[in-house]
Amino acid sequence: MDSKERIAEGENSNWRERKDKLFFGIVVILSFITISPIALILYKLIVKGYKQINLDFFFKVAPDTLQAMTAVRNGELLPGGIANGITGTLLMVAVASVIAIPLSILIGIFLYENQGKQYANLIRSLTDILQGVPSVVLGIIAYIWIVQGITKGFSALAGSVALAIMMLPLIIRSTEETLKMLPISIKEAGAALGVPYHKIILKVMIPSGFSGLMTGILLSISRVIGETAPLMLTTLGSTAINLNITKPTSAVPLQIWEFYNNPNMIDLVWSSSLFLLGFVLTLNIIAKRISNQFN
Amino acid sequence: MNENILQIQHPVLSISNLMIAYGKDKSAVRDVTADVKRNAITAIMGPSGCGKSTLLRAINRMHELYPNIQTTGDILLNGESIYKMSTTRLRRKIGMVFQRPNPFPTMSIYENVIAGYDLNGSKLKKGEKDAIVESSLHDVGLFEEVKDSLNKKGNFLSGGQQQRLCIARALAFKPEVILMDEPTSALDPLSTAKIEDLLVELKKQYTIVLVTHNMSQAARISDNAMFMYLGELVEYDKTKKMFTNPADSRTEGYLTGKFG
Ligand SMILES: Nc1ncnc2c1ncn2[C@@H]1O[C@H](COP(=O)(O)OP(=O)(O)OP(=O)(O)O)[C@@H](O)[C@H]1O
Ligand SMILES: [Mg+2]
Repeated sequence: MDSKERIAEGENSNWRERKDKLFFGIVVILSFITISPIALILYKLIVKGYKQINLDFFFKVAPDTLQAMTAVRNGELLPGGIANGITGTLLMVAVASVIAIPLSILIGIFLYENQGKQYANLIRSLTDILQGVPSVVLGIIAYIWIVQGITKGFSALAGSVALAIMMLPLIIRSTEETLKMLPISIKEAGAALGVPYHKIILKVMIPSGFSGLMTGILLSISRVIGETAPLMLTTLGSTAINLNITKPTSAVPLQIWEFYNNPNMIDLVWSSSLFLLGFVLTLNIIAKRISNQFN
Repeated sequence: MNENILQIQHPVLSISNLMIAYGKDKSAVRDVTADVKRNAITAIMGPSGCGKSTLLRAINRMHELYPNIQTTGDILLNGESIYKMSTTRLRRKIGMVFQRPNPFPTMSIYENVIAGYDLNGSKLKKGEKDAIVESSLHDVGLFEEVKDSLNKKGNFLSGGQQQRLCIARALAFKPEVILMDEPTSALDPLSTAKIEDLLVELKKQYTIVLVTHNMSQAARISDNAMFMYLGELVEYDKTKKMFTNPADSRTEGYLTGKFG
């Protein structure tokens, strides 16, 4: 009896050990499979793109075809950079943020406040649907609303609106989830001090969930910053730096597309892609840092 | 009406025919009438789910935060109906301390104590704030322990210290009444003893209404005690009298551990 039990136990621990090893192996393989595409992409971009990344890359606009052709013929680096794209991207992301952040935080608070209510569920479902709408469709919507309706021509504003619509569902959900994670006891503490409801939300709940909200915002920006299709339909592009939101404007992903279509500018495709990926990765890392701090 | 309801001169709180239901048919407090004595500790006891927290929260209208709550009857604070006051004014006069310490996580110790003023947008001078923070922390016996870290967040404090911080936050308004819902049930025995001593000290200046599951705590520190059962106020008397000679067989059953 006694020894039988012991044997059984021995077999058990043996099996457990083997199971542990098996799991460990599977985890290693899966991690490798997950990491390898991003590692390969980064490697390729760095090898092909690093040469073009210099001061001019950040401070000059893209070269014209003749300049590029000359440089290629002489075996030189392409002159110029993507300053028009960087400024355009920053401008459009900034305008999109101004539109999307307050609106989606308000909607997120509304959803949090109305848990289980039917109209809140409806809005939540609509938000999910919005998240699934292809970005090119949002581009068409922004084209109709803004390009045709307001600016009467391609404009940074139209691009911003398309990007803002893409940001909405991400920030709405992260706001709601963040607020739901906060203990209800701090809300009660505010109420017990006679603090009016809207002030509890603004001065207690939002600051307590600040890093959660920040994470959501950064992730939504990193999600839209590389969008190309909706920008083609709305802001078109521009060879010069433009900071007027009613005018056509360039953006980094648009420039990548333009470079790609010009056989002489292939080198700039790599460096611009490297820049864009680096930017997105940095945003993601910052978001991760902030959310770790939060937990 | 129950014969055993205490007769109290010039009560600070006067609850009359209070009925509270969650939704149409989920009655939680049934026809409670009672006066609360000034500068005393009044304990509310009773088995789980008998309506203690609901009654307590009704006193500063915190129960209105729940949806579909139905309330009838009245509560007078110094003769004035609490339903005629704004909740902001009411809750300045009737503070509340919760079961688990709940300091505001983003605020420093100093900001926590003064939060009631700051969050309500009161414009106080720095000196006035300092004085309020210092005296409130003094009153809860925390000042010496935290005076060098007033600008740090309170999360390094022990549970007992955090609970005293929350009491200080409630005291900052110099309220008439402090409501406490099982304020020591999440604390260790040593912190509990400290808070009990503090409450006995505080009743000189304040009126305390204390929900407790801990019968020996009620016996140790309360002057009067209510016993609730299924939403009814079954018995309300001097604590000594209730513990030595309960009038109702249900009270006796609870106090002798037959149920609850
Ligand atoms: N938010 C709510 N919605 C619906 N019913 C509730 C709600 N809160 C309490 N109740 C019900 O009201 C009754 C009284 O609850 P209450 O919390 O006042 O009891 P309690 O005496 O404080 O119990 P405990 O000792 O467990 O804290 C219970 O039957 C409870 O289920
Ligand atoms: Mg309770």
